[in-house]
Amino acid sequence: MIENRPLVTFLIHAVLILGVIIVAFPIWITFVAASHDAVRMTQVPLPLLPGTHFFENLQTTLFQGVGNARGQPIGPMLLNSLIMALMIAVGKIAISLLSAFAIVYFRFPFRMGFFWMIFITLMLPVEVRILPTFEVVANLGLLNSHWGLSIPLIASATATFMFRQVFLTVPDELLEAARVDGAGPMRFFKDILLPMSRTNIAALFVILFIYGWNQYLWPLLITTDKSMYTIVMSIKQMLEAAEEAPEWHLIMMTTLLAMLPPIVVVVAMQKLFVKGLTETEK
Amino acid sequence: MLKRVHFGPSILPFLLVAPQIAITLVFFIWPAGRALYQSFLIEDAFGLSTEFVWFENFAELFADETYAGAFGRTIFFSFLVAALSMSLALVLAGMADRVRRAATAYRTLLIWPYAVAPVVAGALWVFMFDPTLGIIAYALDWFGYDWNHKLNGGEAMALVVLAASWKQIPYNFLFFIAAMQAIPKSLTEAAAIDGAGPGRRFWTIVFPLISPTTFFLLVVNIVYAFFETFGIIHAVTKGGPGKATEILVYKVFNDGFIGLDLGGSAAQSVVLMAIVIVLTVIQFRYVERRVAY
Repeated sequence: MIENRPLVTFLIHAVLILGVIIVAFPIWITFVAASHDAVRMTQVPLPLLPGTHFFENLQTTLFQGVGNARGQPIGPMLLNSLIMALMIAVGKIAISLLSAFAIVYFRFPFRMGFFWMIFITLMLPVEVRILPTFEVVANLGLLNSHWGLSIPLIASATATFMFRQVFLTVPDELLEAARVDGAGPMRFFKDILLPMSRTNIAALFVILFIYGWNQYLWPLLITTDKSMYTIVMSIKQMLEAAEEAPEWHLIMMTTLLAMLPPIVVVVAMQKLFVKGLTETEK
Repeated sequence: MLKRVHFGPSILPFLLVAPQIAITLVFFIWPAGRALYQSFLIEDAFGLSTEFVWFENFAELFADETYAGAFGRTIFFSFLVAALSMSLALVLAGMADRVRRAATAYRTLLIWPYAVAPVVAGALWVFMFDPTLGIIAYALDWFGYDWNHKLNGGEAMALVVLAASWKQIPYNFLFFIAAMQAIPKSLTEAAAIDGAGPGRRFWTIVFPLISPTTFFLLVVNIVYAFFETFGIIHAVTKGGPGKATEILVYKVFNDGFIGLDLGGSAAQSVVLMAIVIVLTVIQFRYVERRVAY
């Protein structure tokens, strides 16, 4: 900062604190609601400070379930979400690394054709082709499975572009040296390219884990079997049930559980997250 | 884009691209082709016979007032989301760029909503604004305003705009602050020596220099509001009351999966694809220029 005016500095901090309050208020309210009992959550005005029933609610939600879905605990849904998020993140990174390697390091027929084909996926988000994609998955018998949840979302133009960019900055001498030492393509890939793109892989993983965890429309379409529900899609059903019997303390506990893992990832790996976010947009 | 030093032709590169290409063909290109094909068909109510009708579905779609309504609503919605979330993020970034102390702490506290799924964001906001119980609805009531987004279309729209913008603040904030930090300090210092105050420096130096980022964010925010807010709408209003918050993505889902109008839904998908293609082209043309910048 150039000038030192206490009033300006004070104003700046005031605006920032106000911003933080606006951004964090909904999350705080969720936490507060999740820590009260059913009776308190029907009395207006609702509390602004946490209560004492947090762990009780946590237990009910995890092992018993919420509302009409009683007997349909949240625990397994958390597991489904985790499996789906990991499969999507790892799958996207793996196939994108391989195809970027092929496109940058090999001369082969249809190379640019393949590149454009991958590029096109950028223009076809799930939302615009839901019905036909659903038909394909149904015909392949992948409904209600972890494969069906993750594989159709695994193709990734952005990840391929990012790795292409990373590989292009790797000095040519490295490949020459590896060749002199008698390393084949896969050896070069495993021992030189992979270690060199380690940070990029980690940064991308953070972004893709959040992307995978937060999937909503796709799981909603292809899971009908309750044992395959993910936590994010269960929120909607609870909101519907809330029309009749508002168990807001349990609904908000579920909401809290649904957003906690990605928030922890973002906050704990902030540097990687920011790197991943800015790099995938290039 | 090919390395000067590279491997010769063999079967290996085909094997390497095979997984990505297989998934692209099966789950992206084939369904998109199907959507295109189905948009030229009309299927009878029992699914027994189909008829090839050329552009009749599209003609019907464009003549349909509810579709035109959804189109206008989507543009209005995206404009509000982009404007609200970008201006808030710009103010916060402008402030955060000037603090030395606690800059990281502010950033940590401001980026949370990025991690929250749209449908979860919807749940948070619908809870705060619940007409009978919600804490903000209660506060509004105390000021004498009777909030009920379940009955009032304008209020429903306001609520989904708030939830969608809230979720997008961190993204805009991070890009704005990165752009601001890339501006050489000597520029603002020189302006300060010439007597320009903080506000003047912002409008004459910082704001013009971050305009490429602003434009980029505008496109990204529109794409976000068009396609990624489905969860918010579905959780908060289900397109209602009436059709007050029915945006295009929600309509495709509703007509296709609930209404089972295959041809009409496919035609809508094709229109949406055209929109994404246009937006992507704009974004990439711009990114090309940014690289050479």
